[in-house]
This record gives sequence, C-alpha cells and structure tokens, in this order.
Amino acid sequence: MSTATAPRPVPPATASPVKPTKPPRAKRRKAVESGEGVYAPTVMTRIGLVIVSVLSIFPLYWMIVIASTTTSNAAGFPPALLPGGNLGKNIQQALADPEANLLLGLGNSMIITGTVTFSVVLISTLGGFAFAKLKFRGSKVLMGTVLFSMMVPLQQLGIVPLYIVMVELQWLDTLQAVILPFLVNGFGIFMMRQYVEQAVPDEIIEAARIDGASTLGIWWRIVLPALRPAMVVLGLLTFMLNWNEFLWPFMVLSGENPTIQLAIRQLSTATWSADLSMIFTGTLISIIPIAILFVVFGRQIVGGIMEGSTK
Amino acid sequence: MTTETPAPPATKLTWRQKLSRADMKATPYALVSPYFILFAIFGLFPMGYTLYASLHSWKLGNPDREFVGLKNYEFLLFDYERFNWSILNTLGMFIMATVPQIICALIVANALNKRLKRPMFWRMLVLAPIVTSVVAVGVIFARIWGQEYGMVNGFLDLIGMDKVDWQAGRFSSWLAISSMVDWRWMGYNALIFLAAMQTIPRNLYEAATVDGATSRQQFWKITIPQLKPVLIFTVFVSSVGGMTMFVEPMMFDSGRLLGGTDGQFQTTAMVLVDILRTHGNYGVSAAAGWLLFIVIGIVAAINFLVVNRIQGNK
Repeated sequence: MSTATAPRPVPPATASPVKPTKPPRAKRRKAVESGEGVYAPTVMTRIGLVIVSVLSIFPLYWMIVIASTTTSNAAGFPPALLPGGNLGKNIQQALADPEANLLLGLGNSMIITGTVTFSVVLISTLGGFAFAKLKFRGSKVLMGTVLFSMMVPLQQLGIVPLYIVMVELQWLDTLQAVILPFLVNGFGIFMMRQYVEQAVPDEIIEAARIDGASTLGIWWRIVLPALRPAMVVLGLLTFMLNWNEFLWPFMVLSGENPTIQLAIRQLSTATWSADLSMIFTGTLISIIPIAILFVVFGRQIVGGIMEGSTK
Repeated sequence: MTTETPAPPATKLTWRQKLSRADMKATPYALVSPYFILFAIFGLFPMGYTLYASLHSWKLGNPDREFVGLKNYEFLLFDYERFNWSILNTLGMFIMATVPQIICALIVANALNKRLKRPMFWRMLVLAPIVTSVVAVGVIFARIWGQEYGMVNGFLDLIGMDKVDWQAGRFSSWLAISSMVDWRWMGYNALIFLAAMQTIPRNLYEAATVDGATSRQQFWKITIPQLKPVLIFTVFVSSVGGMTMFVEPMMFDSGRLLGGTDGQFQTTAMVLVDILRTHGNYGVSAAAGWLLFIVIGIVAAINFLVVNRIQGNK
C-alpha cells in the first residue's frame, strides 16, 4: 500500500526525463520549453506561495505570541509581534484554573477521540474488506447506503431526536452520550474498500481459503497487515475530526464535564474573558495534540487527503 | 453398528463443509453489520424521529405531546423572524466563504503543481491551518477583527481610516466570519485540487503548447475542465459545511447563540440549537432541522447546475 502513497509526491521529478530531445531550430525549442513551462515555477508562483504560507501560519504564530506574553502587552496597539517569556507561567496558570476545567477537558477529549478513532478504524476495516472482496447478496445496495450516508448531513437533522433520547436515558453530561453517535463513519468504510481492492490480490484470498482459513482468519492474518498504512491515515483523519468536534458535545455536556473545545469556549465567555493571554494559552493547549500529530505524520496526512480525493 | 461406522466421517466432512459454506454466506453480513446497526440507530432512526417530532407540540419536561400538523413549520416561516433572517445570513456567509476560497485554492493548487523543490514542505505549510479547531479559529479571528485592539482596525487606523465595528453590521460581520472559513479550509481544498491536477495527462499540455496555447489558456481550457468532477465534489461538500455553519459565528460573539445584537450573523444551525437547548422546544427545533435540510438540498442542487454550466461554456 505504501506504493500508492509514495510515488504521488514526485511527479515534478519524473517530468524531466520526459523532456523531448532537443529540437533543431531555436524557435521550436523555445515553444517546447514553454510547454514544460506549465510546470516551471515563475517568480510569481514563488511570491504567491510565500504570501499564502505566511497568511496560513501567521494566526497560529500570533496565538503563540499572545499566549506567551502578559495581558497588558496583548491588548495594546501595535499588538505584540514577538513571543514573550511567559508561556510556561501562563500554561501553568491556565491548567490550574478551577473554572476552566482544561485538564478535565483534555482528558475527556482523549477518551472520546481515542474510543471513536479505534472503533471507526476497526469497523471500517471489517466493512471495507467485506465490500471489496466478499460476494454477498445486497452488497451493492448496502454500499450505496454507505455512500448516501456520506453525503447527507445527518448530524444536523439527527441532533434533535438524539438529544431527546439522551435526555430520556438521563445520559446528559456523560461521555457515552458523546461517543456513541460517532462510532461509525461512512467515509471510513469507503476509504478502506478502495485500499483493500488495491492492496489485497484475490489470489492470496483464494489460496488462504484452500488452506482452510475462515473469513475472519483472512481478515486478521492477510487483510489487516496489508491495510496498516491506510489504517494510520484513517486513524489520523478521524482523530483530528473528532478532537475538533464541537456541536454534539456542546449539546450533551455541561461546563462541569467538558471536552477541550467546550473548555475553550468557556474560557472566552467567562466573566474574566478580558484576560486575553489566558484565552490564547488555553487555545494553544487545545491545539498541541493535533499539532504534534501534524508534525510527526504530516506526510501521511497530506497523502491521505490527496489519495482520498482522487478516488 | 457396522453400517454406521462409515457415516461419522461423512457427517464430519459435511459439517465442515457446512461450516465453511455458512462462513462464506453469513460472515460478510457479520462484517458489515456493526456499521449498519450503528448507522440505523444513530443515522436513520433520528431522521424519521425528527419528522415525527416536528409534527407535534412537544417540549422538554412535558411528556404530553399533541399532534399539530405543520404548525411548527408555519411558526418558523411566518412568525419567528429570526428564522428567515438566519437563512439569509447563512446563505450570505456561505457564498462569501466558498467562492473566494475555491478560487484561491485553484490558484494555489496550480502553483503547487509546478516543479518545486521540497513539494511536501509547501503542502504542509498550506495545510497548516487545519491543525486548529474551529473553536480556536473563532477565538483567534474574533481578536483579529476586534473593534478596540483588533489587528485589522489597527491597520485601518494606521493608514488613516476609521475603525470599523465589524460585529455591528450584517455585511461586515459576514466578512469577518467567512474569513475564518476561508483561512481554515483553503489549503485543504488546494490539496484536493492538486491531487486531481496530477492525474491530468501531461501530453495534453504538451500538445497544447505545440499548438501555441499560452499557460493561461491551458489553465482555463485544459486544467479547469479536467477538474470538473472534483470541483463538483468540493462545491457539494462546501455547501453542506457552509449551510450548517455554527461554531465560527458563535465564537465571533464570544460563544453566544444569538448572532449579535440583532441576530445579524445568526445562522440557521444557531437558531436550531438555541430553540432546542435554551428553550427546550423539541417540536419547533425538529421542524427547523427539516427546513434546513431542505434548504441544503436546494443549495446543493443549484451549485451542481452552476458548476456544470461554467464548465460547458469554457
């Protein structure tokens, strides 16, 4: 499977061998070079990319700046543009604040996101394998249902009855109320089906069957190992998505038992919301887990987003 | 007894065969069942139940529910002004958030598709905003657009213009809120467009160059038409995401659900949640959910037609 992700980023490199043999006349040569020119970066390309990169990094950088200075510095104009030395102190103060519940929020978010990610990846490998390699009646209709569920914003429509159910079950303010509706994901099934189709040849499955392997045995011993890279990508995307989920936790959890996102909102609505550097410190803390994943697995995340779109 | 002795191996064999046949037939269903069971409980059931709730007068803490037909829908469309305004607000912010975003994403993707050194480095830079949560974007951008100490106003002041109270006006608040969406999603969409651009056969460009087409012409006549399926997909996803916008406008008003003093940037999702959480009115919020769903369907259909059309003319 790594073969599917690895060669993608290199087309610019493979472009040069394609370069046609030098045409004899100068005019022709110029024309052909400008054909290559579709791929040749101009000065404008570079300037544009630098501007875009600065724009996409600046708010993140500014968050760190404010989180590391004192509030009096943060509020003035011109605003602080260089990091101060207060980051450690601010983080300690934010984590220790009894009203903000940041630590509890971090813990809750870890539990919720971890459970959801594990479940989505597991259920998606099972379903993806079945849809890609097993013949069973109704599989086309069922796969159609999966695709349909990917397209329809069920969350907005389902939020009212799910909320009613949670009220009736007296599950408000419990973590299972947040976790349960997110345990499956149509996109995961779809993605795993595509990967299994490429990564697991039919012959291997046939051979395993002749050797007497059961379907579950084939899933465990052949499909899962082949899917490892895809599982990493799906796990990363699911983790990021659910770490950032706001609406549903907001519906069922209270400020006493928040996810990290709810804790951040509370920070900025609280009466002492004037404390800008505290708010930004909390926001920075909420981003750290995802930022670490992004730095460590950036290549896989970029690859996963690009792979997922062309299929 | 003697006649029975050959029998056991025979039954043993068929038992094994039966088992393996059962495995072939039943296991696929077992493998896909977790998805469908959970989907039925948390996806399908709520959809039907919303319809049921929307036709009843039903409130939190009151077990009596009375069938009222379409009254809840009538209330939202004709009596509750905030609802119609919220649809306008949502549409406005959706357009302001999506159109520039897709145009920028196309340009950036085109730039990333050039022969760059360290392509992965640039891709990660462009994608970096995705590490922030929507709440974090709201916190940061609310300060950037802030009235007193905000960076945008500071800049306006610097070049001698008056400070703007971005929250106060309809259009100005929409602009600030859509900038959050643009910032967070532009790079993501650029990568999706880039992936699609890389699948366009190179010889199309080579042939066009031999025929004397400029880079610009090639972009419009080759790249854009080839991207059609991805464009349709992206516009669809953005329609759904934009029309259910909730967190950005909420955080722009320090986490409140009313969308400013006059609801000038209250989206339909905020109205829904406000009715459900603040007022505990199940029936009306369910009706709001269905109305929003219908609006999303209409918007997605219009977008599909528009994208298809633009392609046809080029």
